Amino acid sequence: MTVNMTKGQAISLQKSDGGTLTAVRMGLGWQAAPRRGLFGSRTREIDLDASAVLFADKQPVDVVFFRHLVSDDGSVKHTGDNLVGGAGSGGDDEAILVDLQRVPVHIDQIVFTVNSFTGQTFQEVQNAFCRIVDETNGQELARYTLDGGGQYTAQIMAKVHRVGGGWQMTALGNPANGRTFQDLMPAILPHL
Amino acid sequence: MTAELVRGQNHTLPQTRLEIRVSAGSPVVAGATLGDERGTVRGAEWIAHPASHRVPGLEVSRQAAADHRLAVDLDALPAEVHRVTVVLALPVGAGRPVSFGAVAAPFVAVTGLDGTEIATFTLTGLDTESAVSALELYRRQGAWKVRAVGQGYAAGLAGLFADQGVAEAAETAAAIQEAVASGLARSVTPPPRTTEGERVRHPAGPAAAGAQAAAPPVPEAQPAEPLGDPASARTEAPGGGPIDYAHPRRQTSAPPPPPPTAPPAAPGQPARPVAGDATGWSMDERLYNQIWGMFEDLARAVAAYRSAVDFAESRMDQELDRALSDPRNRIGGAGDRAREAARAKRDELTGRAREALERDLAQLAAESAVVEPALPAAYAGWDNPVWHAYRVPMEIPMALRLGDLLLGEAPDLRIPLLVRLPLERGIWIDSGRTASEAAASTTGDQLRGLAVETAVTLAARLLAVYPAGEFSVHVVDPAGSAAGQLSPLVGSGVLAGPPAAGAEGVASVLAHLTRRVDLVQMAIRAGAADSLPPDLDTGEHLLIVNDFPHGFDDRAVTQLRYLADEGPSVGVHLLMVADREDARAYGPVLDPLWRSLLRITPVADDHLADPWVGHAWTYEPLRTPQGSRVLEQVLALVAEARRGGRC
Repeated sequence: MTVNMTKGQAISLQKSDGGTLTAVRMGLGWQAAPRRGLFGSRTREIDLDASAVLFADKQPVDVVFFRHLVSDDGSVKHTGDNLVGGAGSGGDDEAILVDLQRVPVHIDQIVFTVNSFTGQTFQEVQNAFCRIVDETNGQELARYTLDGGGQYTAQIMAKVHRVGGGWQMTALGNPANGRTFQDLMPAILPHL
Repeated sequence: MTAELVRGQNHTLPQTRLEIRVSAGSPVVAGATLGDERGTVRGAEWIAHPASHRVPGLEVSRQAAADHRLAVDLDALPAEVHRVTVVLALPVGAGRPVSFGAVAAPFVAVTGLDGTEIATFTLTGLDTESAVSALELYRRQGAWKVRAVGQGYAAGLAGLFADQGVAEAAETAAAIQEAVASGLARSVTPPPRTTEGERVRHPAGPAAAGAQAAAPPVPEAQPAEPLGDPASARTEAPGGGPIDYAHPRRQTSAPPPPPPTAPPAAPGQPARPVAGDATGWSMDERLYNQIWGMFEDLARAVAAYRSAVDFAESRMDQELDRALSDPRNRIGGAGDRAREAARAKRDELTGRAREALERDLAQLAAESAVVEPALPAAYAGWDNPVWHAYRVPMEIPMALRLGDLLLGEAPDLRIPLLVRLPLERGIWIDSGRTASEAAASTTGDQLRGLAVETAVTLAARLLAVYPAGEFSVHVVDPAGSAAGQLSPLVGSGVLAGPPAAGAEGVASVLAHLTRRVDLVQMAIRAGAADSLPPDLDTGEHLLIVNDFPHGFDDRAVTQLRYLADEGPSVGVHLLMVADREDARAYGPVLDPLWRSLLRITPVADDHLADPWVGHAWTYEPLRTPQGSRVLEQVLALVAEARRGGRC
């Protein structure tokens, strides 16, 4: 069952049968908004980028983004940069896979962000969503839509963090501005 | 852009002068038939085969071989020819594979004359067939196209020809096998001859029963012992014959066997590792990928551990600083308690990180334990029994093991350092003193000796994994200082010539190889690979240079740099044994040369970085076990095969 998350909502990544999740995927999908008028069929390409920042006690340790697709320890993997978004299929255009069992012991939070690399604001993006999927069975755990995106170019989507022996996910949905995750660091820190 | 065809797929040919390359794991006969617009072969003169290897516009090899190049000029074909079928067959003979199911899947590529691939096709899925029509080139509305066929015939060439409407199918097939058999007798050790009475008539397959009955049977010399197929022969051998040291699952066969899957794991336990548990078309490729996977996993597991430990240390330092600077901690035991707590936190985190690392290392060690014994010779260390069962290979392996890589956290876990063949860059064995512990406990002379030994074992390994005669080794030893270490190569007679000494020796070897690189490059650029002088062999060459720059003048240094830059692309490789200090008089002009070579050391040294995380890995060269004669034995076999190939 999918939970449509709202800003600040936290869900525990415990399976319904009590077992903990072992691998999750953060998927990001979007379409460029069609333009009206003459040559309206010419949609302008929008490049959104998904990134994941690994923190140990509020210090960034590693980042997974389109220039560093796999974290050094191998637990977080980006499936590759998508420069144009989906053609309407509604699937994930970029995905970050997290093997929660292999995340190094000192990493306690992983923050997922979305940036508009080409600089368009989210007003020009259509059907954008971010979702968390249980990678072992493909079940969608949580979905967060970017509807009503305003005049900003980035969003701090969600974080997964250790709670006791397991992991919990919190939807953040905090708008920010920036081209890559580096620009977002000041905006991320208050959420840790 | 190469089109990888699947059975039945076609592809337009951009030109009419083509080369068709065939590579199979074992010798095959390659031929071609011409067909008219209805696909009928009009007569014997429309078949190109070893006994009649040239038809207008088409030429095939006169012998059975693992690799073939068929030259085709579609414009020169008779106008009524509308179809050219490329045919492969297994040569009959005692001890030879009787069906394509027992050999590696043949690979066929249609290339331009410059070698660029236009279309390729791997003939998978063959089983009891001993002849197969591989490809078809056909006219379609004035243009030529290629189609992947892959139709096999259990009745062999006779069945294939009968299917194409050749009137004297069985006679033609017999003539071809006759010609091939005499060619085989010339080129490799002839199969033991069987007397007429022992000859077993092979039952014809149902597909060609008619053709077989009408014509005298194909003379198939069967071995005296009735053996079903090589696979079952293998298991029966220990009964009477010599012990077979070959790994029972290591033979390659077509179609590629599915990768071995790990047996289901017990609940709560990691899956038991299996050798070859990776993707790839052949077992060699799977093992290669598996080893690179282990390499990456170890790099990442250790990266996670190091990162956690670094974090634990830095956090403890901060907490200790804070405890020291807090004035309240100066009285009573509060400061001590804070320090205690900070240390305990550090220990707790590193302990958990260590636990995670141990878990990963145990898994990798178990995988290594099953992978190492399953490795083919080219990937295996000298202590692996596969080297005692060494036989001169028929094809170049995918990669070569240059040594072992290890990290301080797991000193017992050795990852084979595999480099792809043919070598893409030269190798530099650094005989200079490095900062490593092992180098510090060795004298300079010992290091130099070890460096030459490393070069010799590496050259022997390269010679051994290439098919006979396809790899030549030249040695330049200007001062003759390495005569002792070079003796295994010199004594067994595997070198192209005696080690070149003195400045003249250096000059002549370099001039010879420079000319070769130059000619081959010119031919490739001009698209005229077939006009190379006949004395130029197309095999690969390795130049071992000892004591650089001793005996080198400026001209020779320039030639050496030319070889290092241009050689690898045309099959001339460099193996330098040198101390960079000796060449410092040249200043920075030689820096590009050193950088272009893969640097390895004669003793353990941590200077190689992995491509993922960039750890400094300790490299250890491969050594033959103490007192072992394996190197000499292998070189003797190589020398014997080379002599056999020449006469």
